[in-house]
Amino acid sequence: MIRFDQVSVRYDGPAGATPGEDVHAPQLALREVDLEIPEGELCLLVGPSGVGKSTLLGTVSGLVPHFTGGTLHGRVTVAGRDTRTHKPRELADVVGTVGQDPLAHFVTDTVEDELAYGMESLGLPPATMRRRVEETLDLLGLNDLRDRPIATLSGGQQQRVAIGSVLTPHPRVLVLDEPTSALDPGAAEEVLAVLQRLVHDLGTTVLMAEHRLERVVHYADQVLLLPEPGAPARLGDPADLMAVSPVQPPVVALGRLAGWSPLPLSVRDARRRAGPLRDRLADVSGDGARGTGPRPAVTPGVEEADAPAASATGGDAHGERELHDGTGPLARLRARVRSRPPHTARPSAEDGTAATPTAQIRGLTLRRGDITALHGVDLALRPGETIALMGRNGAGKSTLLGTLMGVHAPTAGTVTVGGAERLTPSRTHPRQLLRHAGLVPQEPRDLLYADTVAGECAAADTDAGAEPGTCRGLVAALLPGVADGMHPRDLSEGQRLALALAVILTARPELILLDEPTRGLDYAAKSRLVGILRTLAGERHSIVLATHDVELAAEVADRVVILAQGETVADGPVAEVVTSSPAFAPQVAKILAPARWLTVPQVRSALGAPDAQGAPE
Amino acid sequence: MNGWLRAPEARRGLDLHPGAWWLWALGLATAASRTTNPLLLMLLCAVAGYVVAARRTNAPWARSYTVFLKLGLVVLVIRLFFAFFLGSPVPGSHVLVTMPEVPLPDWAQGVRVGGRVTAEGLMFALYDGMKLATLLICVGAANALANPARLLKSLPGALYEAGVAVVVAMTFAPNLVADVRRLRAARRLRGRADKGLRSVLQVGLPVLEGALERSVALAAAMDARGYGRSAEVPRAVRRMTALLTLGGLLGVCAGSYALLSVQGAEYGLPVLLAGAVLALAGLRLGGRRAVRTRYRPELWGVRAWLTAASGAAAGVVMVAAGGAFPEALHPPAVPLTAPELPLWPAAGLLIGLLPAFAAPVPGAGARPATNPAPGPGPGPAPPPARAPARPPAGSASSPVPEEPAK
Repeated sequence: MIRFDQVSVRYDGPAGATPGEDVHAPQLALREVDLEIPEGELCLLVGPSGVGKSTLLGTVSGLVPHFTGGTLHGRVTVAGRDTRTHKPRELADVVGTVGQDPLAHFVTDTVEDELAYGMESLGLPPATMRRRVEETLDLLGLNDLRDRPIATLSGGQQQRVAIGSVLTPHPRVLVLDEPTSALDPGAAEEVLAVLQRLVHDLGTTVLMAEHRLERVVHYADQVLLLPEPGAPARLGDPADLMAVSPVQPPVVALGRLAGWSPLPLSVRDARRRAGPLRDRLADVSGDGARGTGPRPAVTPGVEEADAPAASATGGDAHGERELHDGTGPLARLRARVRSRPPHTARPSAEDGTAATPTAQIRGLTLRRGDITALHGVDLALRPGETIALMGRNGAGKSTLLGTLMGVHAPTAGTVTVGGAERLTPSRTHPRQLLRHAGLVPQEPRDLLYADTVAGECAAADTDAGAEPGTCRGLVAALLPGVADGMHPRDLSEGQRLALALAVILTARPELILLDEPTRGLDYAAKSRLVGILRTLAGERHSIVLATHDVELAAEVADRVVILAQGETVADGPVAEVVTSSPAFAPQVAKILAPARWLTVPQVRSALGAPDAQGAPE
Repeated sequence: MNGWLRAPEARRGLDLHPGAWWLWALGLATAASRTTNPLLLMLLCAVAGYVVAARRTNAPWARSYTVFLKLGLVVLVIRLFFAFFLGSPVPGSHVLVTMPEVPLPDWAQGVRVGGRVTAEGLMFALYDGMKLATLLICVGAANALANPARLLKSLPGALYEAGVAVVVAMTFAPNLVADVRRLRAARRLRGRADKGLRSVLQVGLPVLEGALERSVALAAAMDARGYGRSAEVPRAVRRMTALLTLGGLLGVCAGSYALLSVQGAEYGLPVLLAGAVLALAGLRLGGRRAVRTRYRPELWGVRAWLTAASGAAAGVVMVAAGGAFPEALHPPAVPLTAPELPLWPAAGLLIGLLPAFAAPVPGAGARPATNPAPGPGPGPAPPPARAPARPPAGSASSPVPEEPAK
């Protein structure tokens, strides 16, 4: 159905006018891809950031090179049409493309019009259009939303509308770039169920790139693996390729650890084989004891916790070594955040649980217009504690973080930050607040104004009133090897996040808030983030993460708070909350239930297995 | 009220054609342009306001009606302000106040600053300002009632691309506002002030960058969805299209100017019609290039005819009345007299109320009120719990605060 003949893509100029993740790739964005994706397959494109996944997807729809520029060598044929001679608009009836941001995809303002738009462009007869719109509304469960303005829909609904809008012309190929990254687990399931139905019922060929493999890999019929920039692409059976993939979901990592063969890709397959492993783990540690307490690996030694995390999730072995010898980036980071001025390292903050909370929320209610965004929320954040804030899209997570930063003033109740100083964020000047709380927003780019990394750092020092060079030092610790003259826009998602975090840390706040930090991060970037967050928590920072990523929550959080409709519906230690809810349970917990294991590193350290397991051969 | 007389609930396909609302409003505007009688103008405002109150939705454009009301008031106040301080060409004997007059050099003859302020002069300005304000309110009513995106969708195929540009621009504006808000909030996270004009200016560049990126992404998405596929058309046809369209539009402009001005009404209509025919022919020819089809186009049904006809009737009545009762439609400011309400032109204006009964009722989810209870059913009586921003129904609705002199 899709045939790649010796395809290479080269962008002109070092910066490369490329979309998304390819900014770091060398000029040659794609090298000699030569394979064929058969009809009616759900093919998952897997690879770390910057290997040219977006470029590969673009070549199928013809947007590369017709829209993005660059040079395409070789030939891509889709349903017999050569993309060199067919512009994207002439492929519109065989290829449907949905990009990363569904909002950037919509041309009209209501759901029904949006579904019809593509067919109108193709000039289909009105009776056909009407019939297909009705069919698609049913197929995607959108009938109740047909008259709704698109702007009022939730993220999952928007993603379904975007998929529906390219489905109505009945394309034979569907190309999706990270369709579930921005969605909560429930909405992601919804979208994936639709995709599977398309493949099964309509025989559509689906080619999809996704970082969150734990959500999608078990749906895939084939995996197209781009292991590293410039390496040959491989197409094959998911289990075979996952065994050698540098990026892998926890279920695969656990399977590799336990030596299962063939590798299980779904929780169900893994559970069937997990009996012996469960027994072994029960022998290794008294199961009852670990079920109730907090995770053992969090507090005692950050090094021990970091290293397995990095390797288990496919992190580079080189970064791991750095951690051990005490001169690595995380060690430098620790040194930098440790030398904090006296006002944050108050004596009261030193003695554990009895310490003054870093921030306190009591009976918080927030109304905007006639919408109640938060209702009666109580929360206390202790120093050194990491809290994961979860809940579906629109549950009030971002609003809660915004309230802690004074972006929103509470309608009722109190919010205080700054520990014993008890500042009310909305009435504190931003400059003062900055020393007590810092938020990295969902889109870290919103925080970055300057056109070079050095400029950004200088501005951050001025904003925070810190010594010149403070921020640059943090950047060096978080992001080794980033040049001063780079434009923040040219950084990868993970690097941008680290830069924004460095900017925030310049003012040495004791409360650090992150809104959806793992969106668009691959597993390596994610494990670096986990290392950073653990280091910060080890230095008695309070951290709040608003996230949909259950694996991240399981790995770094001590406590999980689940919000629904602006109210707290669960609040407790991560092991308890997460294992009691199927939607929020990480894969390892599902596989090893009823024992409360959450992450692969925990299992690995319990088994005393060597770390080398994670490295691909 | 019999069941079949009752207006149906509006939904896609049963909605009134947006063009019908515009024709109705243009009819009312024509009527307003034909009189300076404050009573008639107030009646006209009341008619427009009542229809808006009865049939508007909670869509964003529907909220623009209050903006137009305020704009009308501003126009009125400005007109009075000028009459007060700069004098008025109308002679008058009832001096209200005498302002100190600023002596001006000879070359500024005819211009006066300060001086006597007469009741007649003010009255004349009031009548004039009310006429302008009423025109604005009629346009505002059409704006509030007609869905602009649907209106653009019913444009002929040749104008389709322009229509898409406008629709995209309309969806971009709210995104831009949201961006500004988000980035201003982000300034706070950097420890900078998030209030004041400076903060808006400083986020300008990032906002523009974001908008640019979004437009590129949208362009890519539109291209991938088949936007811009077109059929081959011979060169001669393309030339002819351009000629017809341009000539037609000029004719429409000249015709409507003549129709709205006092003299030249007799040749205004033929020129307008000829221009319209030419333009339509041009557009039809131009439509050959487009391979597009249209999904569920707006239907022009009986209710659309009724709505458009009621507006036209109001306009025709006033044009006719202009010949029959010139003094009643243009009450003289000198000498000062109370304006009379000419009965049958007033009755004619009331025809404009017809859409308040004939047009489909906005669906339960699209009504301005936020109460979850189902609407009170069709009919003229608006429930008291509706949005406070709307003017009170019936004759009490008037955008003009000043009581006209009696």
